[in-house]
Amino acid sequence: MKPPKFDYVRAASVAEAVAVLDANEDSKILAGGQSFVPVLALRMAQPSVVVDINRIDGLSGLEQLADGTTRVGALVRHYQLVEQRQHPLLASGARWIGHTAIRSRGTCAGSIAHADSSAELPVLATALDATVHITGPASTRTLAVEQLFQGAMTTALEENEMITAVDFKIAERWGFAEFARRHGDFAIVLAAAAEVDGELRVVLGGVGGVPERAFAAEQEYGAGGPAAIDRAAAAAADQINPTADLHGSVEFRRDITREMVRRALTQFSTAKAS
Amino acid sequence: MRTQFTVNDAAYGLDVEPRLTLVDALREECGLTGTHVGCEHGVCGACTVIVDGQPVRSCLMLAVQADGTSVSTVEGLAAAGPDGEVLHPLQEAFVTHHGLQCGFCTPGMLMSALHLIETETDLTRDRIREEMSGNICRCTGYQTIVDAIESAAATMSSQAAVR
Repeated sequence: MKPPKFDYVRAASVAEAVAVLDANEDSKILAGGQSFVPVLALRMAQPSVVVDINRIDGLSGLEQLADGTTRVGALVRHYQLVEQRQHPLLASGARWIGHTAIRSRGTCAGSIAHADSSAELPVLATALDATVHITGPASTRTLAVEQLFQGAMTTALEENEMITAVDFKIAERWGFAEFARRHGDFAIVLAAAAEVDGELRVVLGGVGGVPERAFAAEQEYGAGGPAAIDRAAAAAADQINPTADLHGSVEFRRDITREMVRRALTQFSTAKAS
Repeated sequence: MRTQFTVNDAAYGLDVEPRLTLVDALREECGLTGTHVGCEHGVCGACTVIVDGQPVRSCLMLAVQADGTSVSTVEGLAAAGPDGEVLHPLQEAFVTHHGLQCGFCTPGMLMSALHLIETETDLTRDRIREEMSGNICRCTGYQTIVDAIESAAATMSSQAAVR
């Protein structure tokens, strides 16, 4: 299908973008458009105004802060995450996002704002204790990504706010595993394990409305011993409460979750601390 | 909205509605119907074109977003020769290796494959399969498509060596 009619504004600055959002009810930001344009084509959204932020200067930066944190500007494309060398987990995880033609347009901040729990970046952001920089018409604020995600494709962003950057902490060690029917499709289940600030964080995607932290798995792994990974994987599978859909039953998702956590933690356990 | 871009080095100036996608602009406004409209939500890859050197789904980009860009489509692959058009080595390879059946997916396959060959230094069959996973062939002729791309890459690198 074709997108519905809308007015189009090519914003020249963040201030202009949020001013347009503020002045128009049901207005939406267009960044990479790799999720938003399908939403338009399927008429799941019929915005009054589409605010294109692609020509705003200063949002394409990828920088390493003094503490190793990687700051990713709102217009950094997925392929740039794959190619950068500052943050190996982000590069490795981003390879799983869509296909080349998707990665060349799709943006990191757009994926975070879209908040699909079966997408890679929301899960990686949660595993890496990410901080989101947000600008509204009157002020700016930062929010921990776990506070941003409120439900399936629902965030704490106000209608007149936009994400300008996302800070990903560096992972001292990590593991990442994903299962999809076709490489590049949305995951059935994905799992990330990351040691951030000396703490293990195991996060699951595709098993609920938001990326879910597998606390029980973290504890079981932390207890150590010969079967720690298997116990952690079983704990993660027990913790989740997935729903069945045409891609698989509840039991199938539990089995895949167990295996993805096992793979992520196996990779984690054999990784050298950097 | 006034929008200007080049397609295969020819300049186009169009007045388009903002909701018009790039693929529809190419086909209906520019008259370049080589690029195909498949799923219209970014899954099938039939509409893949190159914009400023990057492969994109032209069904997921608005024509107004292409303002000021340089677009390459399947029409730009064949070159003028003394006896008419000469097919690109990729197109030749798709013919030789039966890399097309109904041909619907072919324009997108060719543009994805072109970007792959031009950017990948270690082109293995696995790498070709991984990259081409973004393009669906409804005739499921994948084996011969991989054969064709592998063969075209060899031809193109030997041609480059001669030059």
